[in-house]
Amino acid sequence: MSEKTATPLNTQPPGRRRRGAKPKGRQVDMEALEQVRALLGDKPRRGDLLIEHLHLIQDAYNQISAAHLAAMAEEMSLSMAEVYEVATFYAHFDVVKEGAAPLPSLTIRVCDSLTCEMMGAAHLLADLPQRLGREVRVVRAPCMGRCDTAPVAEIGHRHVVHANADKISAAVSAGNFEPEMPIYRAFDAYRADGGYSLLESCLAGKRSPQDLIEAVSSAGLRGLGGAGFPTGRKWGFVRGYPGPRLMAVNADEGEPGTFKDRVYLERDPHRMLEGMLIAAWVVEAEEVFIYLRDEYPALRNVLITEIAKIEAAKFNIRTKITLRRGAGAYICGEESSMIESIEGKRGLPRHRPPYVAEIGIFGRPTLVQNVETLYWLRDIIEHGVEWFANRGGKGRRLHSYSVSGRVKNPGVKLAPAGITVRELINEYCGGMQDGHAFKGYLPGGASGGILPASMADIPLEFGKLEPHGCFLGSAAVVILSNQDSAKNAALNLMRFFEDESCGQCTPCRVGTEKAVKLMANPDWDEGLLEELGQAMADASICGLGQAASNPLKSVLKHFRDDLTFCKAESTT
Amino acid sequence: MSNTVRFTLDGHQVEARDGESIWQVAKREGIAIPHLCYSPEPSYRADGNCRACMVEVEGERVLAASCIRMPTDGLKVHTGTDRASKAREMVFEMLLTDQPAPEIAHEPDSRFWTWAHDMGVETSRFPIRATPAPDPSHPAMRVNLDACIHCNLCVRACREVQVNDVIGMAGRGTHSEIVFDFGDPMGDSTCVACGECVQACPTGALMPATTLNKAEVFKGKADRKVDSLCPYCGVGCQITYHIKDDELYYVNGREGPSNLNRLCVKGRFGFDYVSSPQRLMKPLIRRDDAPKSAENLIDPAAPLTLFREATWEEALDCAARGLKKILNQDGKQALAAFGSAKGSNEEAYLIQKLVRTGFGSNNVDHCTRLCHASSVAALMEGIGSGAVTAPFMAAKDADVIIVIGARPTENHPVAATFLKQAAKDGKILIVMDPRKHGLSRHANHHLQFKPGTDVALLNAIMNVIISENLVDQQYIAGYTENFEALKISIADFTPEKMAEVCGVDEETIRTVARTYATAERGIIFWGMGISQSVHGTDNARCLIALSLITGHVGRPGTGLHPLRGQNNVQGASDVGLIPMLLPDYQNVGDDAARQRFTDYWKIDLDPNPGLTVVEIMDAAHDGIIKGMYVMGENPAMSDPNANHVREALAKMEHLVVQDIFLTETASFADVILPSSAFPEKDGTFTNTNRQVQLARQALPLPGETRQDWWIIQELARRIGLDWNYTHPRDVFAEMAGIMNSLNHITWDRLDRESSVTYPCDGDDQPGNEIIFANGFPTPSGRGKIVPAELVPPDELPDDEYPIVLTTGRLLEHWHTGAMTRRASVLSALEPDPVACMHPRQLALMNIAAGEQVRVASRRGEVLIMARADRDVPEGMVFIPFCFHEAPANKLTNPQLDPYGKIPEFKFCAVRVEKTEEKVAAE
Repeated sequence: MSEKTATPLNTQPPGRRRRGAKPKGRQVDMEALEQVRALLGDKPRRGDLLIEHLHLIQDAYNQISAAHLAAMAEEMSLSMAEVYEVATFYAHFDVVKEGAAPLPSLTIRVCDSLTCEMMGAAHLLADLPQRLGREVRVVRAPCMGRCDTAPVAEIGHRHVVHANADKISAAVSAGNFEPEMPIYRAFDAYRADGGYSLLESCLAGKRSPQDLIEAVSSAGLRGLGGAGFPTGRKWGFVRGYPGPRLMAVNADEGEPGTFKDRVYLERDPHRMLEGMLIAAWVVEAEEVFIYLRDEYPALRNVLITEIAKIEAAKFNIRTKITLRRGAGAYICGEESSMIESIEGKRGLPRHRPPYVAEIGIFGRPTLVQNVETLYWLRDIIEHGVEWFANRGGKGRRLHSYSVSGRVKNPGVKLAPAGITVRELINEYCGGMQDGHAFKGYLPGGASGGILPASMADIPLEFGKLEPHGCFLGSAAVVILSNQDSAKNAALNLMRFFEDESCGQCTPCRVGTEKAVKLMANPDWDEGLLEELGQAMADASICGLGQAASNPLKSVLKHFRDDLTFCKAESTT
Repeated sequence: MSNTVRFTLDGHQVEARDGESIWQVAKREGIAIPHLCYSPEPSYRADGNCRACMVEVEGERVLAASCIRMPTDGLKVHTGTDRASKAREMVFEMLLTDQPAPEIAHEPDSRFWTWAHDMGVETSRFPIRATPAPDPSHPAMRVNLDACIHCNLCVRACREVQVNDVIGMAGRGTHSEIVFDFGDPMGDSTCVACGECVQACPTGALMPATTLNKAEVFKGKADRKVDSLCPYCGVGCQITYHIKDDELYYVNGREGPSNLNRLCVKGRFGFDYVSSPQRLMKPLIRRDDAPKSAENLIDPAAPLTLFREATWEEALDCAARGLKKILNQDGKQALAAFGSAKGSNEEAYLIQKLVRTGFGSNNVDHCTRLCHASSVAALMEGIGSGAVTAPFMAAKDADVIIVIGARPTENHPVAATFLKQAAKDGKILIVMDPRKHGLSRHANHHLQFKPGTDVALLNAIMNVIISENLVDQQYIAGYTENFEALKISIADFTPEKMAEVCGVDEETIRTVARTYATAERGIIFWGMGISQSVHGTDNARCLIALSLITGHVGRPGTGLHPLRGQNNVQGASDVGLIPMLLPDYQNVGDDAARQRFTDYWKIDLDPNPGLTVVEIMDAAHDGIIKGMYVMGENPAMSDPNANHVREALAKMEHLVVQDIFLTETASFADVILPSSAFPEKDGTFTNTNRQVQLARQALPLPGETRQDWWIIQELARRIGLDWNYTHPRDVFAEMAGIMNSLNHITWDRLDRESSVTYPCDGDDQPGNEIIFANGFPTPSGRGKIVPAELVPPDELPDDEYPIVLTTGRLLEHWHTGAMTRRASVLSALEPDPVACMHPRQLALMNIAAGEQVRVASRRGEVLIMARADRDVPEGMVFIPFCFHEAPANKLTNPQLDPYGKIPEFKFCAVRVEKTEEKVAAE
């Protein structure tokens, strides 16, 4: 897409209005309007499609000029403010005002979230601009869900793993900026393996929703996006509210360190899709929205291709399937923000109550499920509740851990639920990397806090980490070694939260910004940071702000040495 | 759903009424919880973002925002725990970090600083961040985002309350910023300057420009405030004047029934006309060496070029003597008077009484003739009443809203907010207008029909409704008459045929017809686009028929609402400032009705209807009318074919003008009587919703100006009437004594309640907003359906004059501009005369936006700047009639509607061409 050489439109700057010559404010440029109309074709102009439509401009022109944005507003009967605030909320839209220089046609995003930073992202960010010159824009970006291959960069839509400046330069020269497609089990293979027969039996009325609710409840299936809410109960709640009902699949795993959903979808997408249609059948959802993060362009192609096959096979007769594309916002992994984004708006978390099960997408009762939760549905029914509940042996389930950092073999580890990090490192990851001694770990990504090696025997299971001020969340386990500073890690994570805060509430918007400034000081004002952290945890609207101070609190509690040690050192 | 919730608040059992938040219950219980992003004012949704109002709920992991949290049974809430207090203080400390210091705060008494002081949070321990620079780009408001706390009250003000949709919260996280459009300077944005954001802002980040000094710091509190009304349009917004050193300092909206605190740019920022240096301060008498000339108008800043100053005694004597002389020499038909729809009910009543009892004729009229005379004619004929059947707030109860020939976002901006809110709420909005406008974006359908084809379009709609049998049979049978005639007459108006005529495709006509007819509740709003036409009465008849055959009258969410223009055009008409009607629409020719007034006023009255506005000017031109008393009207600007009007005025033997400025009309006066501006007087005013409201004097009279009622009375006395009113309340009492519409409405009640809707059934009952639930005040008790046939506009475009001219208003300017063009903010926003044309039309004529053009009709021409405006269809030019430098009415066609006697302001043929010629100095 970036090879396209369409010229971005850059009309006259608005300047001071010559009062009289035109009505108030920016006038829509007729040429830009025609270009936008051409891009939209006969697509509906509904407001909930705004983000989808903005992608069309961004993809075609590598940026969104003010002229195009104004034209889009008019074409969609929205005000300029409405489209501008959405376009500027999402990191993957580049709004270019009148008079500003157009952006280079190629953008390289370098992940600087924790694992990638530990593996050298800062060097990439420092070196690449000089090396690639002005024709290429290099920007820092949050976690791309490839932490097992850190550091990672994305050139156009093509990811470079284990990235270094040479590799990236070579990829730029090669000129292929389309995503690299995974090798996955496609529709026919999945079908040949008995896929979709469970769905067929549901649609044929051979099973009852109640049976399925009981089965997933007995199997102990819990939401695997991080909250761990019992799936059967959630289905019951949603079914309890009067229809019409909707469903959303949260494929926006953005928690730094998490990449399990990507791995499962890249391997066997139909297992999730069948689970999705079964869950939709259980709650009688008229439409299901798959909200896929924009960091997974290959998966987007996979899903577009495979959903078309499902439609051709008429497995979607009860439930319309709609694929929606995120646009670079971690907060949209939070379910109510995701719903706002599906509605075409900025991803601001909603207040609860009411919960989305009652008032979700377009105000309707909505079932929201994580990718992996749906992925296991078929297995639970086919292999039985017992099998699932005891798959890890000794009455334990299996749990997917995304392990990254200083271990020899990072990756998604399907291990018995409640395994300790020590076991995970030694039995599943081949131990620590050579030259690195285990120092501490993040049990649940950026939000789940940091624990020292001395606390490596806590079961990694829902509910077991909370007494220590941490949580498992999506089980993104990042391993730190003696070469890493927990203090610097906490600053990296706070920067991430500052970048990704939606800005809606004071404690998170101002709190993360002030915390970053305080934590960037060699000397931490511990008392003030404690107070701030507490206010953020107590008074933020959503989990992002409430959990943003967890790493900070962990360092103050468990990594006192790093605080004093680092005081003597430069913080860079 | 009305259920009471019981919960525990700080250890006490309390009850929450329907929909009350914890914050609201706490407030009622006397517990003050800080709040910033929450505004308890009407229409403001709680947003819960600032987290200044956090409370602790037992058993919950995190604190709750009390403004947005609804209590549930058994909830145990604590407002004062250490944890909650600490969180609230930290929120204030965080926000305070990046604020300007209290000594240089833009608004030291803002809600933010008041709470911060109350909580003892005076300083911050946090590092600061870079703060945005001031934005001084707007003439009315100052934007100082260094004080912004991102509470988004301004966003809700702009998007949810006023639905102007200019302000947004752009960016994300710490980069979030309040923006206008695309982050443009406010003054360059699409901002319409309603100022709602300024009234909502809790920190001083948005403030009226008048209240800040050069350092962007508040100049200090107002000395006093007076609750009154807005002087501009028929919406009748209630306002509070804030006064400092006996000058208007700033204006806020208050909670009137028709505005709920909302205002528009004119009401909020258009008040300094009262202190214009051009204000007339002394009575003036025409100099003997100053002949009247239709061509050369006086410079309003230099009155002494044509006039000399006089004492009140001399001026009043001279004024009365001239009128009496004509009366004696030429008889009562040689005199006429214009009252004003800008004056109070009391003033209008006195003017018509003066003419009827002093001049002895009915030659009294006012600008309603130019506005809704045809609507009133059709309404009187059809439903026996000229007023609206439902207030515009009823839009919220409607399922389908039709707005035709009205541009409320410009001319009734606050009424428009109710329509936009309804559309946002999912109600179906159908706009019909040859020009697009501010409602179009919110509409489900905009029918951009060809100008002058209203009847074709509306008949086609009715054809579909009748032929598809979507009529309300029961309603037609129960409450209407003459349906069969319509049925026959309409048969030919098929959408297939009419699509060609009106330029709206057949399918859209059908869809709209079905949508309106099958809706549970439908309401119709219209304006001058309907009325100002030679077939204006026919247009209105169609709308009345449309609502009658579908039964969309008399129930909540239904009705007929001609949006009245002037702030008191309803009231002035009610009190009889009309040549054929006595107060309360009693026909002058009706002997019984006239007798009532003869008895009441103790004088015989002329049974013959008087002349209307345009007829009076024609009669003056013909030398029949020789003397006039003009109070607060400006026919030299407002009437069609202005050159002809100016000739008529110049011919007048004796012209008395009472006004606050030396208007174009006053140029022709023999005596000028300087009077009171709106904020300087007490009086009642009746808005478009039939709400009688009280305006209160806020300012002392400047110079030697006098109250209008006093001036009228002095003239009356001098022509022999024995009047002894001491205050407008005396006049109101006299009106109420003979006007049934004012039953149960007294001056004292208005003083107490500010607003009472008529008709009203009891001293302690609210008035009836929705009327005609069971028939109409017609002789038969039924609504009369009157079919209309196609009548083309009087002057169609041809080769010589190929373009259609339509006239109207701009948001910022009121009527002839006498007030608004002297209001500094309004004048800065729209300083120059403009002719609006579609950019393609301009390109076709090789004219660039901003270039000067000559627009000429058969009657006159103007030199004017071309504005590129995509709302105007090709083949049309729109010119606002408020600019004396380029008076649109020099071009307009004075041809009248036969029933309403209203001229065709909305259609005449003109020629537009580029010209380098300089505008001649006037």
